[in-house]
Amino acid sequence: MSSQPHVTIHQPEVPRNLAALDPVFTVQGLDVFYGDYKAVRDVDLTIGRKEITAMIGPSGCGKSTVLRCFNRMNDLIPGARIDGKILYHDEDLYGDHVDPIEVRRRIGMVFQKPNPFPKSIYDNIAYGPRVNGHKRGDLDSVVERALTQAALWDEVKDKLKASALSLSGGQQQRLCIARAIAVQPEVILMDEPCSALDPIATTKIEDLMQELAKDYTIVIVTHNMQQAARVSDRTAFFTAEVDEAGVRHGRLVEFDETNRIFTNPADKRTEDYITGRFG
Amino acid sequence: MASAGRGVTAPGNSLGRSRPRYGETAVKVLLLAAALVSIATTVGIVGALIEPTIKFFGEVSVFEFFASTDWAPLFSPPAFGVIPVVTNTLIITLIAILVAVPLGLAAAIYLSEYATARVRKALKPILEVLAGIPTVALGFFALTLVSPFVRSWWPFPMEAKNGLVAGLIVGMMIIPIVASLSEDAMSAVPGGLREGAYALGSSRMIVSLRVVFPAALSGIIAAVILAISRAAGETMIVVIAAGSNPTFTVNPGKEMPTMASFIAQAGSGDLPVGSIAYDTIFAVGSLLFALTFAMNFISARFVRRFREVYE
Ligand SMILES: Nc1ncnc2c1ncn2[C@@H]1O[C@H](COP(=O)(O)OP(=O)(O)O)[C@@H](O)[C@H]1O
Ligand SMILES: [Mg+2]
Repeated sequence: MSSQPHVTIHQPEVPRNLAALDPVFTVQGLDVFYGDYKAVRDVDLTIGRKEITAMIGPSGCGKSTVLRCFNRMNDLIPGARIDGKILYHDEDLYGDHVDPIEVRRRIGMVFQKPNPFPKSIYDNIAYGPRVNGHKRGDLDSVVERALTQAALWDEVKDKLKASALSLSGGQQQRLCIARAIAVQPEVILMDEPCSALDPIATTKIEDLMQELAKDYTIVIVTHNMQQAARVSDRTAFFTAEVDEAGVRHGRLVEFDETNRIFTNPADKRTEDYITGRFG
Repeated sequence: MASAGRGVTAPGNSLGRSRPRYGETAVKVLLLAAALVSIATTVGIVGALIEPTIKFFGEVSVFEFFASTDWAPLFSPPAFGVIPVVTNTLIITLIAILVAVPLGLAAAIYLSEYATARVRKALKPILEVLAGIPTVALGFFALTLVSPFVRSWWPFPMEAKNGLVAGLIVGMMIIPIVASLSEDAMSAVPGGLREGAYALGSSRMIVSLRVVFPAALSGIIAAVILAISRAAGETMIVVIAAGSNPTFTVNPGKEMPTMASFIAQAGSGDLPVGSIAYDTIFAVGSLLFALTFAMNFISARFVRRFREVYE
């Protein structure tokens, strides 16, 4: 690799005003534990409304761990817990009164491996609205709208009753995005959504993310720096560091506008990583 | 010898097999033999049933056997209407399934979706021990403890030996089959599907019932089919707790000998080999075999049609 970062920098046609960050999540001094193991240590981060925030860093540095705090997905892992604070708007996401199920209705998630249910395309999209008590009547239009927003409608409109597993990997992932959209969340979390996909399918998902960012707040974990550079407005760079006691913890090194992270990073470790000298 | 066809004439650095693997061949033969034993057993059973069954139908008309509701093959004059023991078998199986499917599935859902790893590790072996209780013990449990209790609650007349109690205890017997195999099927559902469902705001119950359960359905149905087969063929509990007096009835408060319990009771008496009563045992055995086989066959097709395939 050359020492210059050969990455394309994403230039939105109408640059968003990144200065005025309107926080959806405010992370303060976040530690995440799996049992006794502190996997992530002391993270401060702000996720802006209707922005795309990328989390990058070497494998095992805690990107997924932090992402899964935003919809309290880690609650499902026995022994997982956090210290510190995550505010969702002005509400403590881990407050006593907070119902994790309600949290996940507002904050959707897309996973690394496409995971459509072994049901029809229609039933996959309708699943969320149904379990959230949507009345039968206009379910068809909900399904159509979600598939359209996920840029999948034209490809599947004639086979809504077909099994979701008959779709290609890229289509399955867009189906999973549509499934998340169908419950009308405010935020969509994506954990390496393209890492199981080919380049063409990846491009489609990236274009889709740009489109979705008009309406949704998106947080994406990726190990692909070019992808972070192409799609995101802000980038958080994580790494794993060994502390005084010899234990590895994930740390947030730098968080800034994507533009700056890739052209003029403040931290030497960020620069090493994006220029390929490390990781 | 094993390398003869591989052209390993080149010395030293050939990619061919350097020496024959006799051990592997031996293992393969052994495994094949083991597989053949079960097939041979099945064929042997069918073979043993056919001859006396044909002989039976030489003396008793097919019409009498399948259309008469009077069953007294060991009395004189004998009567060979098999319907009562068939309906008794169906009724006791139905009662057993009504007990075992809800309880077994609830246990499976609990173990697979709710219990912590530690609880599951402790409970599952207990479940499997339950499956190992000798049915003769369950039979006496039914007769001496359960029957008096049920009779004290039952609003209608009830005999001491009756189909209801036998069915309930047969149901208890097959709970571990339903629970254990269904739990296996549900645990095998990929975790990614659960995560996807939780991420859409599903409660644990919704995830269990609307995602995991349907995805595991083919395995669950297989478990239920196996349980039905075991219930329909269960002998000892029915011999002890359901009595031996067949009347054509749907009243489970009556004695309800089944096909299997008839075979056991008649077979343990001293019937002269070759007598018509003796051949009756085989005719009933053939029928039980055919019914079980047909049920397995039909439900296998049913499962193929309705299951949700996850990769
Ligand atoms: N369920 C878990 N139980 C215990 N440790 C975990 C679990 N998930 C992740 N970890 C550990 O936490 C650290 C961060 O993992 P992860 O967030 O998956 O990293 P990344 O997504 O950046 O590759 C790793 O050391 C990993 O082994
Ligand atoms: Mg990860």
